[in-house]
Amino acid sequence: MTYVIAESCVDIKDKACIEECPVDCIYEGARMLYIHPDECVDCGACEPVCPVESIYYEDDLPSEFSEYTQINADFFADLGSPGGAAKIGTTENDPIAVKNLESRAQALP
Amino acid sequence: MRQYCVAIVGSGPSGFFAAASLLKAADASDRIEVAVDMLEMLPTPWGLVRCGVAPDHPKIKSVSQQFEKTAADRRFRFFGNIKLGEHIEAAELAERYDAVIYAVGAQSDHCLNIPGEQLPGSVAAVDFVGWYNAHPHFEQMSPDLSGARAVVVGNGNVAVDVARMLVTDPDVLALTDIADHALASLRPCSVEEVLLIGRRGALQSAFTTLELRELGALKGVDVVVDPAQLEGISDDDAAAAGKIAKQNIKVLRDYASRAPRPGHRRIVLRFLTSPIEINGDGKVESIVLGRNELVSDDSGRMVAKDTGAREELPVQLVVRSVGYRGVPTPGLPFDEKRGTIPHTAGRVAGSRNEYVVGWIKRGPTGVIGTNKKDSQDTVDTLLNDLAGAWHPEPAAFGGDRADKLAQWLTSRQPELITAAHWQAIDRFEREAGEPHRRPRVKVTSLSELLRIGHG
Repeated sequence: MTYVIAESCVDIKDKACIEECPVDCIYEGARMLYIHPDECVDCGACEPVCPVESIYYEDDLPSEFSEYTQINADFFADLGSPGGAAKIGTTENDPIAVKNLESRAQALP
Repeated sequence: MRQYCVAIVGSGPSGFFAAASLLKAADASDRIEVAVDMLEMLPTPWGLVRCGVAPDHPKIKSVSQQFEKTAADRRFRFFGNIKLGEHIEAAELAERYDAVIYAVGAQSDHCLNIPGEQLPGSVAAVDFVGWYNAHPHFEQMSPDLSGARAVVVGNGNVAVDVARMLVTDPDVLALTDIADHALASLRPCSVEEVLLIGRRGALQSAFTTLELRELGALKGVDVVVDPAQLEGISDDDAAAAGKIAKQNIKVLRDYASRAPRPGHRRIVLRFLTSPIEINGDGKVESIVLGRNELVSDDSGRMVAKDTGAREELPVQLVVRSVGYRGVPTPGLPFDEKRGTIPHTAGRVAGSRNEYVVGWIKRGPTGVIGTNKKDSQDTVDTLLNDLAGAWHPEPAAFGGDRADKLAQWLTSRQPELITAAHWQAIDRFEREAGEPHRRPRVKVTSLSELLRIGHG
């Protein structure tokens, strides 16, 4: 069980969550941020600071976002467990389902 | 290149996050070097991660691995068993170090201010939590857990932790780093019912959903919620109260729909209820509860109002968990109302080079990670101050300042616990835990900790 970032992060990447994460387990993809399921310690600091309410504990994921548990895990298929996001920086490992999402950038005010 | 020596008083999460931020800033700069001395009153580091987080939450406790990384930095030193106001004074630190960061947390709690609160059997959660976590200051507390009912006053995560500890299967707790004395007291499983009361309604409760849901998964325990308590709350109300309240209501509705199982111990959640009075002859025997209703105050906030309705229940243990509270730090200003040290952007009011982080800065709110950003903000202010001001090299210290600081600290407290001493304690505790498949067996006694540390 772990916290999961869902679709509303796509093309937003506010990163307030990264400032709160005590174990630096929130990694940046090209389109959104992802929580490392094995590095997260379930402290819950990230959840309330997300301005677009994109972070859920796995059990609380709304059904329309249920695939995001797997999507967060899939981001790390090649990265493995680096033990800290700061030294990794932005990567293009977004899973295909996220890569294919229509751009949200223009929709923003 | 100028080397700055920074002292951090307190070794909990906010202190360690501040240390990590300082070292990181120095790594990124070619103008400054930073050395950090962390001073701790106990022989053991990590603050509430060691002595606050519930023993059955090992995953959250694993954040200590981050602290170990920071502590392994060659620019970082740990000095335990040294107390501000006893061995050293705030003014002395401010004079000898370029900057001092206070990360002393909130070491006391709010009282209920009701009759009978001082009776034996009525305890503060901050003490009770320290006791089951082997905090040396609460070694002698030995609360009587032989009664059938306990009332926990409060609707936050600490209240939930206390309730959970009281009814969790002792065989489960026996695999954690719970204090041995607490495990022995919980072994007989005398407590059959924990009544968790909150003065406001279900929508206003401060639990995180994760903690609330964990109660429902406890083996041999029913979570009891009277459906009538949730009746007036619509899906729209829940959604309007925010994401976490909405999730909590969903979990509470699930609990309300469950049928009690015979032979199970119970956690009963009761909202809109305040403690009025604790009664008993020489010890807690009953509690009078008052029924509240929700009314909107001038600012539109929903507050609890006493309806005058009363009920008296037999109870043997009352744990108040209505908020931690900071205590005054000798030599520093203190805001009595808020229980914090007054500051501007982290710099202590009226001070040139003293700073605050964590609960003594902003009050006892948020979770462990919340302190990371909070500490970063203060460190930003500190580094800005150092860059902007001309700081004379403290006169008392010439060339090898770090050595002289260590000598000074040792002269004040010859029984200092250094990093090597703490590592000996850490190794001892972990090795003691191994044969029992426990992460560690904690040493509670101060003298024993010192004996093991000093080898």
